[in-house]
Amino acid sequence: MGMTMSQKILAHHANLESVEAGDLILANLDLVLANDITGPVAINEFNKFGVKDVFDKKKVALVPDHFTPAKDIQAAQLCKALRDFAHEKEIENYFEVGQMGIEHALLPEQGLVGAGELIIGADSHTCTYGALGAFSTGVGSTDMASGMATGKGWFKVPTAIKFNLTGALNKWVSGKDVILHIIGMIGVDGALYQSMEFVGEGAKSLSIDDRFTICNMAIEAGAKNGIFEVDEVALDYLKEHTTKETKIFKADDDAVYERVYDINLSEIRPTLSFPHLPDNTRTIDEVPKIKIDQVVIGSCTNGRISDLRAAAEVLKGKKTNPRVRTIIFPATQKIYLQALEEGLLKIFIDSGAVVSTPTCGPCLGGHMGILADGEKAVTTTNRNFVGRMGHINSEIYLASPAVAAASALTGYISNPENV
Amino acid sequence: MIAKGKAFRYLDNVDTDVIIPARYLTTSDPKEFSRYCMIDLDENFIKEVKEGDIIVAQNNFGSGSSREHAPLAIKTAGISCVIANSFARIFYRNAINIGLPILECEEAVNNIAKGDIVSVDFESGTITNETTGKSFVAKPFPPFIQNMITKGGLINYFSEEFVK
Repeated sequence: MGMTMSQKILAHHANLESVEAGDLILANLDLVLANDITGPVAINEFNKFGVKDVFDKKKVALVPDHFTPAKDIQAAQLCKALRDFAHEKEIENYFEVGQMGIEHALLPEQGLVGAGELIIGADSHTCTYGALGAFSTGVGSTDMASGMATGKGWFKVPTAIKFNLTGALNKWVSGKDVILHIIGMIGVDGALYQSMEFVGEGAKSLSIDDRFTICNMAIEAGAKNGIFEVDEVALDYLKEHTTKETKIFKADDDAVYERVYDINLSEIRPTLSFPHLPDNTRTIDEVPKIKIDQVVIGSCTNGRISDLRAAAEVLKGKKTNPRVRTIIFPATQKIYLQALEEGLLKIFIDSGAVVSTPTCGPCLGGHMGILADGEKAVTTTNRNFVGRMGHINSEIYLASPAVAAASALTGYISNPENV
Repeated sequence: MIAKGKAFRYLDNVDTDVIIPARYLTTSDPKEFSRYCMIDLDENFIKEVKEGDIIVAQNNFGSGSSREHAPLAIKTAGISCVIANSFARIFYRNAINIGLPILECEEAVNNIAKGDIVSVDFESGTITNETTGKSFVAKPFPPFIQNMITKGGLINYFSEEFVK
């Protein structure tokens, strides 16, 4: 029986000829990741193993990105625990403030992700790396700890949904709109335990940043992983960023997909998720006049250079609404520097926005932009759950960088086509 | 093993941000953060929960973040079992890995109300609503996972398999 892309990667890493959906396998891991929230819990569990070292100092990545630069004493203690462990175990991929970026933008940029690899991370958005043809999935701290100790993980081979993409995106429509559209269509548990595989001519037309955004939010449909077929666009990115071997896995012609969706990218409109679930979507054309208090542009979902360029294109030469707090987070130091060199930071600051050092801060209600009672925010982040960014009576509207920037200008949820 | 306690009843998509909001994750000590378990969904939970109580919810319980703090908070708060129609996959793994019993049983979910006394026999997967007298049988764990539970969780299982 034919295998999907995801199944082939799992079979390869379990040294098996083939696998079938539902099989439970033990597989070898190429990279194991944790951050300043999940890492300290994983370290506690790692210490129960009674092993001295991690399985491979090159294959563990520890990124203090959530509450950093440390927001308070307790967060500083968590960061210290991560830092001390990294130094003691001589972890090669520990990224201190200054080199640190938001993990899922940072690791591909640092060349730590290769096509065809198997990656687990104690962060749900680890599914991002499917953009480069890797099988990557979020796990908890205990799974991460045992991966760090043994280099192995157990997996239930997932079934899959195929998204056959055709056409191309219109101006002001991005990967964010594609994934919000899909989540709206299938629901927050629409791909529960499954792979989301994106193929077709339309997939090839998408930029690598759009693909990162789409795979990043596969978890918001409940998926185990999201993955694109490796093509020239992915190969160009890999060539520029990594020396790792590129292993390309294509789905068999007779691969079994539980469902197949045909999506014409040219028909997708700028799309938002209304409170309090990512599947509560509306197109920009269906949005009533909603006054907002804050705009956040950044995160592991939308803090990459093309996201900042899209926001800058909307904001250039204009002023943000003075009652809207507009906060922009380049996802890594490299992206920050690139935005500086391209003049994007000047556009942001001239418009009235603030530009922050890389951090996950506001996305999870950690720091750097918490919402008060009754406040509304348009954000390019990934979750709009109750209380996610602050007060339980605050509201989060998920959107693309272009929609967020347009809304920052007017003070209402706005269409970038009209500002 | 048999668990018995009062049921807390919730709906669909109870996410890990409401189970334990990130603002309480500046510690890795479950005793510290479990004091805020469910605070953004049900502020009475932590005041009313007693050792052995049971959470009953609908679809996609534990969606969102991979934070293991979520099942740890629930377990540390005293909950003996979570029964739901379905669980988000990372929460499912995490619950098993840390030893929080979880069961999928739609029929039980549909027949348990807030405050009902519920008992669970983990050996047979039998869930009994002691208040109404009705019994239900949950979907059994695959043998691989059952084996891991028997061995006392993932760390023990992996230690035995790989660390000699």
